[in-house]
Amino acid sequence: MRTIQVEKIVEEVAQMCKEAAYYLPEDVYQALKRGRETEKSPVGCDVLDQIIRNAEIAKSEDRPICQDTGMAIIFLEVGQDLHIEGGGLNDAINQGVAKGYTEGYLRKSVVAEPLFNRKNTQNNTPAVIYTKMVEGDKLKIQLAPKGFGSENKSGIKMLVPADGVEGVKKAVLEIILHASCNPCPPMVVGVGIGGTMDQAAYLSKRALLRPTNVRNEHPDYAKLEAELLTLINKTGIGPQLGGTTSALAVNVEWGATHIAGLPVAVTICCHAMRHSERIL
Amino acid sequence: MAEKIRITTPFTEEQSRKLKAGDSVLITGTIISARDAAHKAMTEALARGEKLPVDWTNQIVYYLGPTPAKPGDPIGSCGPTTSGRMDAYTPKMLDQGIKGMIGKGSREPAVVEAMKKHGVTYFAAVGGAAALIAKSVKKYEVLAYPELGPEAVARLTVEDFPAIVVIDSEGNNFYEIGQAPYRKL
Repeated sequence: MRTIQVEKIVEEVAQMCKEAAYYLPEDVYQALKRGRETEKSPVGCDVLDQIIRNAEIAKSEDRPICQDTGMAIIFLEVGQDLHIEGGGLNDAINQGVAKGYTEGYLRKSVVAEPLFNRKNTQNNTPAVIYTKMVEGDKLKIQLAPKGFGSENKSGIKMLVPADGVEGVKKAVLEIILHASCNPCPPMVVGVGIGGTMDQAAYLSKRALLRPTNVRNEHPDYAKLEAELLTLINKTGIGPQLGGTTSALAVNVEWGATHIAGLPVAVTICCHAMRHSERIL
Repeated sequence: MAEKIRITTPFTEEQSRKLKAGDSVLITGTIISARDAAHKAMTEALARGEKLPVDWTNQIVYYLGPTPAKPGDPIGSCGPTTSGRMDAYTPKMLDQGIKGMIGKGSREPAVVEAMKKHGVTYFAAVGGAAALIAKSVKKYEVLAYPELGPEAVARLTVEDFPAIVVIDSEGNNFYEIGQAPYRKL
């Protein structure tokens, strides 16, 4: 059986937090540049120029792309033949997040309790951790720090089977129009279809791990992604102050569901679609 | 883009009323940061009849919670946060003499009415351009509520801070004006 020490996990997660905050993924950077080439609104072009320049400054100077360095969302795939030694896996992840956010001069944006006291935990923990057991002896860690300007505009609709494809498009569009200029567009839109209410939401988050230039493997869903992108880019929302570049990509993930249901969840991400990944 | 309009603070009602939705501006002088927790604390203080820790007369408020400054820097990344979360507190804050607000995103009708009454301008900075915006900030001094960390009320000394008038003192809304020609649904 393969063994991994928790110290290794702490170090890697700390590094991932900094990387994700400073370096916009290349596919997103290229999508912004393509958006700038096709943008019709002069103000929209000016905004895209600032966003592109911002990403370049952040990368070259190791600075956070955005002051909202997010809540750390962690997706783990734990090989069932892997032994983790020296402490708990969740503790190691949280220690890594605390270390990364402190060392990296990232903002601590997490409160311990949501309603009454809202006291800041001062180290950006706890992370939101999703764990999946898989075959093998590796540990895959994916981090997607999530800002709440966009998270607050995410939503879910419990459709029924009769609503069909048109119903899904209408539901997504309603959430996007409600979000409008607020979630720092151009957006990246994660859509989860199927499962239960909670699973649809999970799928919509997971969808944002996929690069913006990779389409769903299922041709029907790939077509739906393209159609939703076209639709969202006709809203006029544009890069915050109106225009044709409202979204950079729509990523759809789907799952099995009940005979009576068609849940549709939408996680909206801002133009800073940040993530980092390690396989240990 | 049209010529950028230079603004120096303090920001008076007279200056504010000259600006029109869609104007691109560069702000030089001082602006004061406050966001969710500070707005809550200040409106609660007002409800208790207390004096606020900051004189807001002719000030510009910036809805901001920056990242910590790296050694040698005045401030970390410092882009705007969503203004709408401050809407519940804003009419009471505008009564305190604020003439400009910088943030991002839409505002409630009650805020727009209060803006018209007091001659206030709402500016947007580019959401997520936080490392770029930091270049225009020269100094960051906490004025009140240091215990709120990134949510503390602080004075920012700025040079050519870039912003766009999105809602002017007459209530014209550039988010609506800017989106309309490109809406093809």
